[in-house]
Amino acid sequence: MHLSYNFSMKFSLMLVAALLLAPLAGRAQLAIEITGAGANRIPIAITDFNGEAGVSRALTSVVRADLERSGLFRLIEPTGLPGGETAAPNAEAKARGADALAGGTVATAPDGRYETRFRLYDTQKQAQLGGQAYGHASAQIRATAHRISDYIYEKLTGERGIFSTRIAYVVKSAGRYQLQIADTDGDNAQVALSSREPIISPTWSPDGNRLAYVSFEAKKPIIYVHDLGSGRRHVAANFKGSNSAPAWSPDGKRLAVVLTKDGGSQLYVVGADGSGVTRLASSSAIDTEPQFSPDGQWIYFTSDRGGSPQIYRISVNGGDAQRVTFDGSYNVTPRPAPDGKNLAYISRNGGRFQLTIMDLATRQTQVLTDSAKDESPSFAPNSRMILYATEIGGRGVLAAVSADGRVKQKLSVPAADIREPSWSPYVK
Amino acid sequence: MRPTAFKLSLVVSAIALLGACSSQPPAPEQNPVGVVDGSKTGVGGSTTSPTTVAPVTATGIDPTSLAALKDPKSAVFNRSIFFDYDQYTIKDEFKPLVDAHAKLLAKNPGIKMMIQGNADERGSREYNLALGQKRADAVKKALMLLGGQEAQIESVSLGEEKPRCTDQTESCWAQNRRGDMLYSGEF
Repeated sequence: MHLSYNFSMKFSLMLVAALLLAPLAGRAQLAIEITGAGANRIPIAITDFNGEAGVSRALTSVVRADLERSGLFRLIEPTGLPGGETAAPNAEAKARGADALAGGTVATAPDGRYETRFRLYDTQKQAQLGGQAYGHASAQIRATAHRISDYIYEKLTGERGIFSTRIAYVVKSAGRYQLQIADTDGDNAQVALSSREPIISPTWSPDGNRLAYVSFEAKKPIIYVHDLGSGRRHVAANFKGSNSAPAWSPDGKRLAVVLTKDGGSQLYVVGADGSGVTRLASSSAIDTEPQFSPDGQWIYFTSDRGGSPQIYRISVNGGDAQRVTFDGSYNVTPRPAPDGKNLAYISRNGGRFQLTIMDLATRQTQVLTDSAKDESPSFAPNSRMILYATEIGGRGVLAAVSADGRVKQKLSVPAADIREPSWSPYVK
Repeated sequence: MRPTAFKLSLVVSAIALLGACSSQPPAPEQNPVGVVDGSKTGVGGSTTSPTTVAPVTATGIDPTSLAALKDPKSAVFNRSIFFDYDQYTIKDEFKPLVDAHAKLLAKNPGIKMMIQGNADERGSREYNLALGQKRADAVKKALMLLGGQEAQIESVSLGEEKPRCTDQTESCWAQNRRGDMLYSGEF
């Protein structure tokens, strides 16, 4: 089913020059810069789709940008290659070094909607790998392009693509805070919440329709659940004291939270609708930043019960906490990967706060960045990339790095601080 | 576009506040700040004989106390207590200030206080929120030992989110490791 590529090191060039993929057209547009790429990039040619010129150039340019940004593909110049959905794999594409070739058509249906079709070919085996057809409105051209990218990515890498997912983050500008949602390429940014007071810890519900977050609009931290489609939101936890660090259970029905109503920052579970509150663990120390493991059996959290902040885990049914991190005196913000294999967190190394990953089977750790103020890691749903906040030149930016540390991207908004990223689950 | 979004967010906030009152399970700790509940001391009680009247004293606030809060020369004018790095103990130099506020709370059972704890910016936002909470809790505990009542005081944390000083220096960070004592109407 998948191509067996025979890569050589000639593809292992790092993308040194900053490649600006999202032009700074709109206000507060997220700009994405690739600062590192994978070692073995699949050479692929995406020809312009027939009929695309009369509709929008956005389609294939979005597909190319998606694949390039992933760090797993090397784009071959398609000019002059036969285009269209029925373009057979040809010697010219192969001669240019493309192992794969995709082409398609965009047609306007009588009702004004578009029909987009494409096919993917293996130029080595001279074989068709598959194709798709989508009926869509003109406003869905970019969304359709992301679905094509997801299809190509999955066919050629064997893992699910994340181009149709979204990211949430907080932009601070001129004393205002905005919780924004954007596509993973930074386009289509929308404001979900605007406030004069801070917003922190946004996190997606497993169905991708809601965000839980902490807002200080009532002069203290209160946890809200916000339905993105309707804009309706409700209070999930507003007890005496502070309410913070929401984390969804895998079934989307409950939130692990930190409350101080009984003294100290302690772990509780509440219904996502704000009903019922049960204590998860008891300690005389700080317990915070709970996260469910993907199987729902464990809660990872940060605690200073041993004298310095370290990561622990506890069964959702209670029992003794097990310490997870041992190196160094500051390990916080645990984020288990959706596939359950790795744990991302922030460690302090010689005064620098850096994104770190632990293989949960071997307990081997690796610092993934060379920055100094990393915060708030969030895994892509396919577990390959980790989005996090960091600081460059005194300004908050988002960055993403692959779990193996090779692929690196930077996302920034001109003249604004951007922080608290959260990557959505797969879109259904 | 922008004003509409802003109006919408106001409406949404109002809805959320309504939701806060209706959807939250009954929790004794969620007393609305500043409301004096007279029912427990006899108003509307059906067992009271109609020939006797149960006297209720409104737990009002002594106007001289309110004036003192605004008087730069008074012992309760200052509201901030500063902490050392990674510390939550109240240093001796701040004990007279805590004592003065505790006396004000004891004299005015109807007055409510919110203590906002703060932390410097280094490290995790949520962990810093917990550090700020420890500082607010330390101030609350000291006030209660000196005459403040549990029902009067709420300790919360703003973590690293509301820095008083934004330079990346130790003197600036020291200003942000702080607990602020705010009274009804001040937060």
